[in-house]
Parts: sequence; C-alpha cells; structure tokens
Amino acid sequence: MEILVCVKRVPDTEENEIEINSDGNDIERDDLVYSVNEWDNYAVEEAIQMVDKAGGSVTVVTVGDEEAEEVLRREMAMGAENGILLDDEAFEGSDGRGIARALKGVIEKGNYDLIMTGAQADAGAAQVGGMLAAMLDLPYASLVNSIEVIDDKKLKVGREIEGGNQEMNEIELPCVLSIQTGINEPRYVGIRGIRKVASVDIPTHSASDLGIGADEIGEGAARLKKVDYFVPESGEGAEMLEGSTEEIAEKMIEILKAKGGLK
Amino acid sequence: MAQIFAYIEHKDGVADDSALELVSAAKKIDAGADVNALVVGSGVDGLCNDMAASYKEVWKIDKDDVAYPNAEIIRGMLLNILPGDAIVLFPHDTFGMDLSPGLSVKMDSPFASDVVDFEGTDGSDLKMIRQEFGGQVSTHVKADISSGAVITVRPGVFEPDESKSAGGSVVDKTGDAGDVATKRKFLEVVVAEIGDVDITKSEVLVSIGRGIEEEDNIEIAQELAEAMGADVSCSRPIVDAKWLEKSRQVGTSGQTVKPKVYMAMGISGSFQHLGGIKGNPYIIAVNKNPKAPIFQVADIGVVADILEFMPELTEKIKEAS
Repeated sequence: MEILVCVKRVPDTEENEIEINSDGNDIERDDLVYSVNEWDNYAVEEAIQMVDKAGGSVTVVTVGDEEAEEVLRREMAMGAENGILLDDEAFEGSDGRGIARALKGVIEKGNYDLIMTGAQADAGAAQVGGMLAAMLDLPYASLVNSIEVIDDKKLKVGREIEGGNQEMNEIELPCVLSIQTGINEPRYVGIRGIRKVASVDIPTHSASDLGIGADEIGEGAARLKKVDYFVPESGEGAEMLEGSTEEIAEKMIEILKAKGGLK
Repeated sequence: MAQIFAYIEHKDGVADDSALELVSAAKKIDAGADVNALVVGSGVDGLCNDMAASYKEVWKIDKDDVAYPNAEIIRGMLLNILPGDAIVLFPHDTFGMDLSPGLSVKMDSPFASDVVDFEGTDGSDLKMIRQEFGGQVSTHVKADISSGAVITVRPGVFEPDESKSAGGSVVDKTGDAGDVATKRKFLEVVVAEIGDVDITKSEVLVSIGRGIEEEDNIEIAQELAEAMGADVSCSRPIVDAKWLEKSRQVGTSGQTVKPKVYMAMGISGSFQHLGGIKGNPYIIAVNKNPKAPIFQVADIGVVADILEFMPELTEKIKEAS
C-alpha cells in the first residue's frame, strides 16, 4: 500500500504563553519551539504500522521552507521512506483551500492508495483533509481513530463521535482520512534516528512544477482572509489566588468547604 | 443578502442543542435574512414541525438511506438542493467537521470553521471571530459571502433562540435531493464502555491534563482526590497516552459531567473539554501557563505547577480534617 501523509510544522503552544506581535498580524514566534503537528504524528505512526503489515511505503509531504524540512526528517526517522517538500513563496499566506490545492498537485504526480492528514492543526480549522478529498473526488472520513485493512480495495475505519462512541464505516480505496489523536502510540524518535536520515534526498517542488496557477494559492487566492490577532476580553475571568503555596492551599480549602468540595 | 440555511442535527427525533443556537448565529450574520433549516433523516416529520416554529422554511429530506447521518451521502444531497449562493451553517462537531470542508469546495464557496462570533458585514465581506492555538489567541477573519459560504459554528457559544416565532413551513425536498452513491458505507455505532467509576455521577472531580507530565504522577492526583472524597477524571491527552481509561475523559468526545466542584489541574481548557462540563459547577483551575484559556471560565485560578501544588494541598487537607 502506498500511503501519503500530509504534515505541518507548528509551534508547540501547549505549554507556552502565546503573545501577539506588535503589528497584531501574527503571534510572537521568536521564542517558540516548533515540532510536527501532534495529529499528523499519529497519522505517520498509523501509516508506518499499516505498511509494516501490508507492505508498501510511506511518503510524508509538507508545505513550507527548509525549516519545515526538519519536520519531514523527523517523520522519516520514524519510518517514512520518502519526503517531499513543497517550497515556494507563492504558497505563503494560503488559506486551507490553498494548502489543499498544493497537496492535490503532489498527489496527482504520484500513485497513492491512501492519503492521510491530521484531524486538525494549530489553527484549529480541521479543513484540509475534507477539502482535499472533495478536490480529488475521493471518499473521506474524518476523526479516524481505528483502521483495519479489509483487502486491497477497502478499509474498515472507526470515527470518533460524541460521547466517547465510535462510528464504524467501510470505505473504498483510494481515500482520504483525517486522523484523531490516540489512534496509536507514536514511537519515540531519538537524535540518532534523525541523523540516519540526515542525508536522504528530499525532492522539492514549486507551484509551477505541480502545474498550480498563481491565482489558486497564496494570500491573493485566500477566500478566508485574516484581519488581525487579538486577545479576547476574558469577561470576569477567574479570581487569581496569590501568595505562598501554603497560603493559597489554605485559602483553597476554605473555598472548597464553602462550595461542598470536601467531604 | 442570500438565504441562510442551518443544518439541524438530531437523534431519536430530538433536535440537538445547536438547532436553536444556529437561529441566533444566523440573526447575528444578518438580522433581516430569511433563515431556513435543513432536516435530513428518516421519519423526521415531527422534528420538521418543531423546527418550523423557529425557521422560515424547513427543507426536509426524508429517506431510509440517511436514517443514519452519513456525511458523504448527505453532502451530495445538499449539493443537489442548495442554491449556489446559500450561506450554510453547521455546528462545529464531529458531523459538521466531516461534511462541511468538502461541501465548501463543491459549492465553490469560502469556508470558515469553528466560528465563535459574527461581527456583521462590510460590503460583501462577513466579519467573523475564530480562535487559534488552542484558544489562546483570537483572530478576526473575513470572507466575501456574495457567492455563498459554508461556516461551522462552535457549539454552546450562541444563546439558543427560544422565541419560536418564525411561523414557518415544511418543504419536502426529498425528490430533488436524489439518490447519491457513496464509497463510504456506515456499518454501526460502537457505544462507549462504562468504566470502574461513573464520573457523570461524581459531585467533586479532580481532573488532570497535560500538566501531570508523567504516568507515575497520576498517583499525586489520586491522593488529592482521596483526601477530598473526590473522583479522578482527565482531559483527552491523558487518555491518548493510555494513562487512564476512556471512561474517565471529560469532553465532547468523552463524558459529560455535572459536578458541584470541578478542579481543573494542568488542563488548558479547549472548547471540546469545556463542552463536557455542564450544570455550572464551581471551577478551580491550576495551571503553569497564565494565558491558559481555562482561566477565562474558572471561578478561582492559581498559576502554579500542579506537581508542586497538589501535594501541598493534599497535606493541608489532611491536617485540617
């Protein structure tokens, strides 16, 4: 099975304070640590496990610059055989549809049985997989949290739905799946693993290599335009307890008693 | 202004909470617009009549092959009936996410997902607010909606419109929707297993998130919960890492809890997590990150490392009792 996994380099924002830059048009990125989007990493792990069982190879692709190439190498160190970098200034400022259009270009140059994306990334839009499937006229399933290969024509996939329930579907190949976290346990990648793939050639494509017109991608083609970033007024927000840990703990116990939080 | 359509999700003949939230959302896009409902399913006459109280026209597709909402089939049917310049609203949930990005491509309309507010129009541009980076920052976005739009709206942010004064009518579009072939066949829903503790019944929850850092540290939360007489629940990353059972997960993709007191320990507070907390509990949040969105909804907040704070609190509770 030939599997393409679309990945994105994103800032690790979970444990970091996000500030907005002075122009208000982006977050302050200087001090952030970047890595692969968590959902995408689960997708790559799933693809590798499928290929281990059924044969074939995994290719990872991203839209970005040479820094994004590091993310490809990280995923290749996990076991993806090939990487493809879509690097062109013309892609900058693309909305989700522009990114999907770029990925469509690379998919049409290859011969993939299965295309995966993460269910969502840093912008929380959860859109690229579904758009890509529609552009390619392929069947799609989102929020996939289990995959079973039935034969070389069909998969049985579970979708995560509300309430912890799982919706089971049979889907024909080729298809596009967006992958939910928790589908597997992604393997650890050490520095040695990354060194091993440091010299593997990663082909780079521009928009024109893929036959993509300037009117289909980039900021000019974006149908959803970003105006600015801001920090929402948080309404009342929490009353923040301050003082030493001991003082705070004592205050909290009083509050817990008053609210019925201690038995 | 084009027509606005709201997709009505439903189960067992009852409309989802989002059904009336989308009335409010649509009015915020354009107070003067005609707002119609899309009801797709099998045997949905009663629901359509209910919705006619809140929507001008209720477009019904009533067919056996959509008895379960297979997004791949319904997308095709909607394409067959919707005007090209329709503004179509879905709740941003597992169905809306499944159906709507592809619909926007097929309709050649702009797409905006997980919208939390609308700020009116500027010419043909609709101004909207979204959030990025796990809700830590917001962003104003705009799209030219003169040729239609597909928009998913975050559940729970718009007040349901209970006025029920639309006096609408039901229009049967089943014939126009046609037969749609699909390469994705729905098989069944596997219902979540019930775990050892039913957190939906707990009055006090000590709920842990990424801030717990390691599996071994879960003990620290268990000790606090024991001292308080509470149960331990968690956010999604803890279940993804297989450190706790799925039945302990609070959130739209896990359990809906309604405790009196909710201790959010090292939980950032994504909207999917908050969507699983109902009944307006007293929320106490402890998080290292002062910008964590949980502090916007909590009653009491502490900026601290839970791994240092929880043992101290446990100790003090033991001393006090």
